[in-house]
Amino acid sequence: MADADVIPIGSGGRPGRGSGRRTTPSAAARALAGPGGRTKKKARVDKRPDAGETPVEPVGAVPDVDGPEAPAGFDFAGLEQAVRGLFGEDGERRVAEWLAFLRRRLTGEYELDEFGYDSDLTDQVLLPMLRPMVEKWFRVEVRGIENIPSDGSALIVANHSGTMPLDGLVTQVVVADHTGRPLRTLAADLVFQTPFVGELSRKGGATLANNDDAERLLRQGNLVGVWPEGFKGLGKPFAERYKLQRFGRGGFVSAAMRTGVPIVPCSIVGAEEIYPLVGNIASLARLLGVPYIPITPFFPLLGPLGLIPLPSKWLIEFGEPIRTDDFPDGAADDPMLVFNVTDQVRETIQQTLYTLLMQRRSVFF
Amino acid sequence: MVTGVSRDAGARCARRLADDPSIGTVLGVDVVPPRAELGRVRFVRADIRNPVIAKVIAAEDVDTVVHTGVVATPGSAGGRSSMKEINVIGTMQLLAACQKAPGVAKLVVKSSTTVYGAGARDPAMFTEEMAPRAIHHHGLSKDAVEVEGYVRGFARRRPDVCVSTLRMANWIGPKTDSPITRYFAMPVVPTVFGYDARLQFLHEDDGVEAIHHATVNDLPGTFNLAGDGVLSLSQAIRRLGRPTLRLPSFTASSTAAAVRRARLADFSPDQITFLTYGRGVDTTRMRTEFGFEPKYSTAEAFDDFRRSLGTGAMTRVSSLLTAGLGALRG
Repeated sequence: MADADVIPIGSGGRPGRGSGRRTTPSAAARALAGPGGRTKKKARVDKRPDAGETPVEPVGAVPDVDGPEAPAGFDFAGLEQAVRGLFGEDGERRVAEWLAFLRRRLTGEYELDEFGYDSDLTDQVLLPMLRPMVEKWFRVEVRGIENIPSDGSALIVANHSGTMPLDGLVTQVVVADHTGRPLRTLAADLVFQTPFVGELSRKGGATLANNDDAERLLRQGNLVGVWPEGFKGLGKPFAERYKLQRFGRGGFVSAAMRTGVPIVPCSIVGAEEIYPLVGNIASLARLLGVPYIPITPFFPLLGPLGLIPLPSKWLIEFGEPIRTDDFPDGAADDPMLVFNVTDQVRETIQQTLYTLLMQRRSVFF
Repeated sequence: MVTGVSRDAGARCARRLADDPSIGTVLGVDVVPPRAELGRVRFVRADIRNPVIAKVIAAEDVDTVVHTGVVATPGSAGGRSSMKEINVIGTMQLLAACQKAPGVAKLVVKSSTTVYGAGARDPAMFTEEMAPRAIHHHGLSKDAVEVEGYVRGFARRRPDVCVSTLRMANWIGPKTDSPITRYFAMPVVPTVFGYDARLQFLHEDDGVEAIHHATVNDLPGTFNLAGDGVLSLSQAIRRLGRPTLRLPSFTASSTAAAVRRARLADFSPDQITFLTYGRGVDTTRMRTEFGFEPKYSTAEAFDDFRRSLGTGAMTRVSSLLTAGLGALRG
C-alpha cells in the first residue's frame, strides 16, 4: 500500500480544479491537521484531527476501508472543490470543523463530566442554536457582567418567569458569551423525568437542584445558576408579573455558605411577557402530573403557533456579589441567618427589577 | 476463604489471592465445581445456603472470608427465586457461620453500586453516606440492599471483625460476562427513547485488585469503587460503533423479554431503570481512606472491553467521514 499510486487532489488553496501536481494543503487544513503527510493516503491514515491525544481506535481494523478503493462512489476531490466553491476558503475550514465534530460524535470521542455535561455538544450545537433567539428575537441587553468573577466559583441567583424556563437558557447563553465560562444550572426534578428535555439539559450543563449537587459544582469552581422561585415563579399569573415569589427554602444560600462562594443576584426583565399566563387547566395538569397547563392569549387557541414566544425586549442585570465567606463556621446550619441572607438576595433582585422596569421604554422595544 | 468461585469473578479473585505469597491457603467454596483453572486455590464443594458452611469454616480454621457469591443474573442462577435464595439466604447463612467462628477476623463483601438505585431524582454523584432516592423492588438492586443490611448487622454483633463492603460499579473487560457486557455485544443496541444514562465502569483487573487490597489490608467501612469519569450510554454505544435502536420507555419491558427469549442478554427491571437514568458514585473515599487507585478510567475500561468485540456497522460510516476529512485537508 505504501507504493500505491498517489492521486493528487486539491488545488493548493486556490479556487479551480486540481493542478495534477503534488499540492500543499490549504492553510486552514494545515491548522487543523498539524504536522503530517501530504498525500491522500497519508491523510486518511495519519491525519485524523486528534490522532495524537485520543486513544487509538480500531478504525484501521475495519477491512478495506483504508485501501485505495475503499470509499467507492465517493469523489472526495470533487467534494473538496464543491465545498470550496460553495463556502469559500473560510467555509472550507468551517466544513472541516463540522466534519471533525460529526466524526467525534459518531465515534463517541468526547468527554462528559460527572454531571453529564457535554461541553462539545453545548458549544457546537446547543448554544449556537439558542444564540439567534437571544440576540435577534429577545435582543438581550446585559449589564453588570463584571460582577461575575472571571475565575473561581459563584452562585448566580435569578428571578424565574415566563411560563417556560427560557430565562434559564437565555442566561446560560449570555453568561457563556460574555464571560467565556459555562453556566451550570440547577433544574427541577420534573426536567429530568421528561424524556429529551432531561437528556438535553444534562448535556447542556444542568443537574438536579439539590444541595449535594450544588455544593459539588461550587467546590469544583463552576459558575452555578439557580432560579429559587421554581415553578411558583414560572407559572404565576400575568397579573403578578415581576412580583418575586418565595425563594424556596433558602437551600441555595446554605450551599453558598458551606462552600464560601459569592452570590451574584441577577434580575431578568422581559421574560414575564413571552407567554402571558392568563389561565391554567388545573385538572389536566393534575392528570399529567405537571405543575400547570398554561393558557396564554395564543395558546392553545392558535395551536403550535401559540408556542412561539412573544418578542419582548430583555434586560439582564447582574448585581454586586454578596460575599458568604466571612460568615462564621456553621452559619449554614443557622436557619435564621440563612433566611436573612435569602431575603437580602430577594430584596436586591426585586429592587433591581423595579429600577429596570422604570428604565424600560416599552415591552417590545 | 472465597465464596462463589465457580463463577468468573470469584475465580479470578481467588486466584489473585492464591498468587500472593503472604496469604497461606486460599479456600474456594461453591456449589458447582469451577470450570476455570483455580491454580493454588483449594476447592471445597459446599453450599453457603446450608449450615454445613459453618463446619467448613471451623474445620479449616478460616480467618478471612471474602464473599463474592452475590449473583447478578437470574439466568445463571436458575431463575429469580433461586438467585434471591443464593444472594440473601446464602449471605445470612454465611454470616451466621462467621458469627459463630471466633477465628474469623475479616470479612470482605463484594457489593454493588446498584444499592443506590437509579432514578430521575438522584443526585449526580452518590457518596457512601447517601441513601437511595428510588427504591427498587426487583432484582440485584434489592438483593444488594438486603445483603448489605445483613452485613451491617453482622458488623454490629461482631465488632472485633474488620468488615469491608465494596460497592463496585459494573465490572467490564474482555473476560467479564455480565448482563451489561452482553447488552453491549448485541448487534443493534436498544436504548430508552429520550434518556441518556450516565455510566461508570470498573475494569475487571481493578475489581480483582481491589478485593485483594481489601483482603491484605485492614480497611473497615463501605467504599464506592469505580473508574474515573463517566460515559453516557449513547456515547458508549457510539464508541462501539453499533447502531442504536431507541425505543419508548413503555416498550422497555417487552423488549427486555424479547431479548431474553432470543438469549442475547438478560435484563431485570432494575437494569432497565439503570440504563434509563444511570448512576454516578463518588470515589473520593476510595482514594483517601481505602487507598486504592484504579488503573483504568471508565473510558479506558470500556475501550479495553471494546477491543474484545468486533467493530460495528457505524464504524464504517465514521471511516468514510475520516476519509472525507482527509480529502478536505488536501
